[in-house]
Amino acid sequence: MHRRALLGGAAALAASSASVWAQAPAARTKIVFWHAMTGANGDEINRIARDFNASQAGVEVEAIFKGSYPETLTAAIAAWRAGQAPHIAQIYEVGTGSMLAAGPAVKQVWQLSQETGIKIDPATYLPAVRGYYSLTDGRMASMPFNSSTAVMWYNKDAFEMAGLDPEKPPVTWAEFATAARALKEKWAVPTNAKGGGPEVMATTTSWFAWIQLEEYSAIHNLPFASKADGFDGLDTELKFNSAAHAKQLQMLLDLSKDAAFKYTGRDNTPDPVFYSGQTGIGFGSSAGRADIVRNAKFKWAAAMLPYDPAVAKQPNNTIIGGASLWTMTTPSRTPAEYKGVAQFLQFIGQPENDALYHQHTGYVPVTLGGFEASKKQGYYEKTPGADIAIQSLTRGTVTENSRGLRLGRLPEIRNIVYEEVEKALQGQQNAQAALDSAVQRGNRVLREFEKSVRT
Amino acid sequence: MERRTIFPGRAFPILLVLPQLLLTAVFFLWPAGQAIRSSMTRADPFGIRTTFVGAENFQDLFTDPLYIDSIGRTVVFCAAVCLLSMGVALLLAVCADREIRGRGWYRVMLIWPYAVAPAVAAVLWILLLHPQIGLVGRWLNRHGVAWDYKLNSTQAMAVVIGAAAWKQVSYNFIFFLAGLQSIPKAVIEAARMDGAKGLFRFRTVVLPLLMPTVFFLIVVNLVYAAFDTFGTIQALTQGGPGKSTETLVVKVFRDGLINLDVGGSSAQSVVLMAGVIVLTALQFRFLGRKSDA
Repeated sequence: MHRRALLGGAAALAASSASVWAQAPAARTKIVFWHAMTGANGDEINRIARDFNASQAGVEVEAIFKGSYPETLTAAIAAWRAGQAPHIAQIYEVGTGSMLAAGPAVKQVWQLSQETGIKIDPATYLPAVRGYYSLTDGRMASMPFNSSTAVMWYNKDAFEMAGLDPEKPPVTWAEFATAARALKEKWAVPTNAKGGGPEVMATTTSWFAWIQLEEYSAIHNLPFASKADGFDGLDTELKFNSAAHAKQLQMLLDLSKDAAFKYTGRDNTPDPVFYSGQTGIGFGSSAGRADIVRNAKFKWAAAMLPYDPAVAKQPNNTIIGGASLWTMTTPSRTPAEYKGVAQFLQFIGQPENDALYHQHTGYVPVTLGGFEASKKQGYYEKTPGADIAIQSLTRGTVTENSRGLRLGRLPEIRNIVYEEVEKALQGQQNAQAALDSAVQRGNRVLREFEKSVRT
Repeated sequence: MERRTIFPGRAFPILLVLPQLLLTAVFFLWPAGQAIRSSMTRADPFGIRTTFVGAENFQDLFTDPLYIDSIGRTVVFCAAVCLLSMGVALLLAVCADREIRGRGWYRVMLIWPYAVAPAVAAVLWILLLHPQIGLVGRWLNRHGVAWDYKLNSTQAMAVVIGAAAWKQVSYNFIFFLAGLQSIPKAVIEAARMDGAKGLFRFRTVVLPLLMPTVFFLIVVNLVYAAFDTFGTIQALTQGGPGKSTETLVVKVFRDGLINLDVGGSSAQSVVLMAGVIVLTALQFRFLGRKSDA
């Protein structure tokens, strides 16, 4: 309540300052930026705002933490309905489909650039990143910001104990299954038997829906949904119940039955299982790096996600996770404010700023310049493995199946996947049945979304 | 018997009840009206395109087997929470009603959990029962019990029932204790002199006199289990694994605030509202009968 009142006041102040006291030096255009970052990543947002405010005199960015990704999205929507939307909102990648259907509530990057005359060139951004946030004709809709991708974190100490080569992580899913069984027999079981300590499991995964289905589809050039994963139309249908997808899920179910794989929760809740040393292999986001560096008391490394040579001879690029920045509108917003927003978006895309953010957080650089700058500074020699995520994102050529997903209400579809997979893991259904059921339920959600934005 | 005050005119009495009426209108009637209105529309999350669809949202709800499942699950959950929390509370109240040393201390300790916020209570339960980090959870796993409420529907249901019931034991305890203390000592003593002992005396003399409290608590506990357990369930299981702990309120939250399906979620909350109205009507009947008697 207090904050909203403040916000309204700030907007009114900014509006009046632009018209009446435009010459007064004290009146900086205030830009409100809602984000969803906590801990070290949250401090980093404040650092960026400080740096930007110090870099020029006309605009002042105020960064406000608004809760988790879904909470920030919900808050932004509610605020827009009340005419109090922030200037910039950080929206997670799976909210992109919903934001693109938001029409007058947002100003897309190309529009903003056109109206304010501040140049933001899509070509300077990594293709795998900008593809997710662009229209099909290449114009950028939202500003890439914190992008990660899925990687395979593995415990080198555990590999050694299990008789596996710590310098040769599994490259194919078949090798992964073999490694998982070895980890269970030679590392997890004896470690468990000692007792007393926390439970130890051979392998686990964070973000099951994202990593094991969405990323799997992209790597193997399989459609996750029809119409180029939803980019070519709202009448898209889910396709992730193919024989290849079912084979992948069945493999994990079988490993789970043998205790060589363990499901430890939805989204990123399994993250601590890896860095506390309780698992040999933990699939997760590359952005988990900061936490691993801080907590892990064992030798670890990252590798790219495995692939299945029987499905795709050459593995393709993975897709990104994370979030982008959306410019939001209110009826009273002035051109000066939009200009301030554009300046800020331009600022974070500068190679040196992008590189700094990348090195501080474990997110990938979103611009080619940021990547080059990090290379030139010798960052990857100093921190081996920090470029795994970039290698993974730039592997192969981007196809319509590896550009990203453009589906409305994707968070809901992910939850459906979790529910069906959890049922399968309990032995209530097999892999094919779980995926069929998830696809069927997910399609109903897509039809609802289509109806709600068409009418 | 009753004393009535007759006000002259109408303006003054209306003025007196106006604050209450305003509060009711602003915080209850207006939002409820909004919910009913949006339950008959289909809208995108931003509310840019809204179409009137009549009863379509309700039709969708009641033809959705998952929603029917959720109703059944809620009934089971409410019944279990009600039974467990009232049973335990009654047992504790009977024990604390006796002449024992440190009676006051026991009572304070038993009432304490009521002051714990639902999310905090859930965190306490997580620290106990989490299969990887929880004290009890890890102990169970080390001793050959395959404990993993994150992936076992039955265990998950048991955990949320236990956590929800635990929260409510204190509340029930206070009412049972008050109920027990309001039973005239003379009645108990008379029963004792007639030779009625222990359980028999409790069943035939104490329980019937406690019935008004029991009825009242059943309604309160049902409402609690159906609506106030959202925080507990959300923090413990988020409705999972699968949908095994997704009760109706959890589903309203999920569909409305995460899935941003405003129309469908409003329709669900209208259904829930009808449920509350029925429960409240029942409560008035029971309590009304009690005060008439």
